[in-house]
Amino acid sequence: MNLDVRPACKPGDYKSDVKPIWCPGCGDYHVLLSFTRAFAQLGVPPERIAVISGIGCSSRIPAYTNCYGFHGVHGRSLALAAGLKVTRPDLTVVVASGDGDGYSIGGNHFIHACRRNIDMTYVVMDNHIYGMTKGQPSPTTEPEFDTALSPGGTGLRPFHPLVVALASGANFIARCFSGDFNQTADILVEAIEHPGFSFVEILSPCVTFRPDEKEWKNMVHPAPVGPTDDPAKAARRIMTDDGFNLGVLYRGKRQPYRPEFGAQVSDPAELEKEFEL
Amino acid sequence: MSKRAATPKVASLADLFALAWQIEADAVERYKLLADQMETHNNPELVKVFRDLARAEGIHAEEIRRLAGDIDVVEHARKTGGWKGESPEEADLSAAHYMMTPWHALQMALVGEKRALAFFTGIVETTKDAKIKQMAAEFVEEEAEHVNLVHRLLRKYPEPAEGWADDPDPPNTVE
Repeated sequence: MNLDVRPACKPGDYKSDVKPIWCPGCGDYHVLLSFTRAFAQLGVPPERIAVISGIGCSSRIPAYTNCYGFHGVHGRSLALAAGLKVTRPDLTVVVASGDGDGYSIGGNHFIHACRRNIDMTYVVMDNHIYGMTKGQPSPTTEPEFDTALSPGGTGLRPFHPLVVALASGANFIARCFSGDFNQTADILVEAIEHPGFSFVEILSPCVTFRPDEKEWKNMVHPAPVGPTDDPAKAARRIMTDDGFNLGVLYRGKRQPYRPEFGAQVSDPAELEKEFEL
Repeated sequence: MSKRAATPKVASLADLFALAWQIEADAVERYKLLADQMETHNNPELVKVFRDLARAEGIHAEEIRRLAGDIDVVEHARKTGGWKGESPEEADLSAAHYMMTPWHALQMALVGEKRALAFFTGIVETTKDAKIKQMAAEFVEEEAEHVNLVHRLLRKYPEPAEGWADDPDPPNTVE
């Protein structure tokens, strides 16, 4: 967390002039509102924030903010972000991804980012489908979800990202619903302020390939109990909830990973020497 | 639909003006966003409808600022936090559709205007402060007129026939 406070920032200060091309009704519009509201609440100026993403509908979000951004390689947003954060610890680093980019292509990076516990916030907009590539089942798609691309459903048990995050060492775990974007903004503020690797899953309906997800607004509910710092308790709660519990579910106490570097090389010629054979 | 904010407390005229201004200012932002969406998805009729709605709400916001006189409604809203969730006239983003018609947009507007009307009516019915009651009653009149205006516009834009969202080349076609 690096809070270079400038209270005059308003949510609009974090929006770029680029108009989103998401489908009207998409939950990601709400997530963008949550991002800008959270940044304004934190008061961190846009130039002190980096929004890093991979590939997919959700990963378009850096372009829609006025912060520094990097629309990276599929599934590799966390690797990029980790590199940035360890070399520029002064920046607030927020990583945006989707369930395909984050849990399938980037699944391994997800596990090790949790394990490393670098001080950054990972936001996954989970719509249980690959939207950008026209509706293939993702790791969180229900086994019986029937599409032309997966007739009769995949029959596969969905990935449980919150449990994986907890088991792998994430230091803060929360679930939000895109439609409740003020609560989401509040939770993003908490996630960014919490030291270490914070993981926020946002249920964000895909209105085009998963119109059934419009019902999520009637299914989500606040978690019945507050967050715990006990991983065993958190594991039991997360494993047994219905997938629609909202709120901060785990707030850990692990120290973030902060590598120490030797003398920094400032002259490119010196750097080239290091690679000479 | 997103979660609506709990009704904030109105303890002073400044609170009332700030909340009233924020209702309109939030509506402007939301309609602009919807207009942008419709522009991106080539629904020019709706671009115009949402831009017109944004413009109308902007005029209302300015009127409230003028009425508030020396009270800096923007600063007061910022200091007090204003609406904690979505304010009454923020249209439901999740109800947007790339083929939506003016009737749908006006239904969104109607819902918002009715919520604002209910908010100010609630203040008139509960406040013990005569000045707040008087100003809130003016806002009730104003919002009731907006509700009527939307009803009048709806006569021009009747409900579309079933199948309005049928698209011969839908975006979710699997190729």
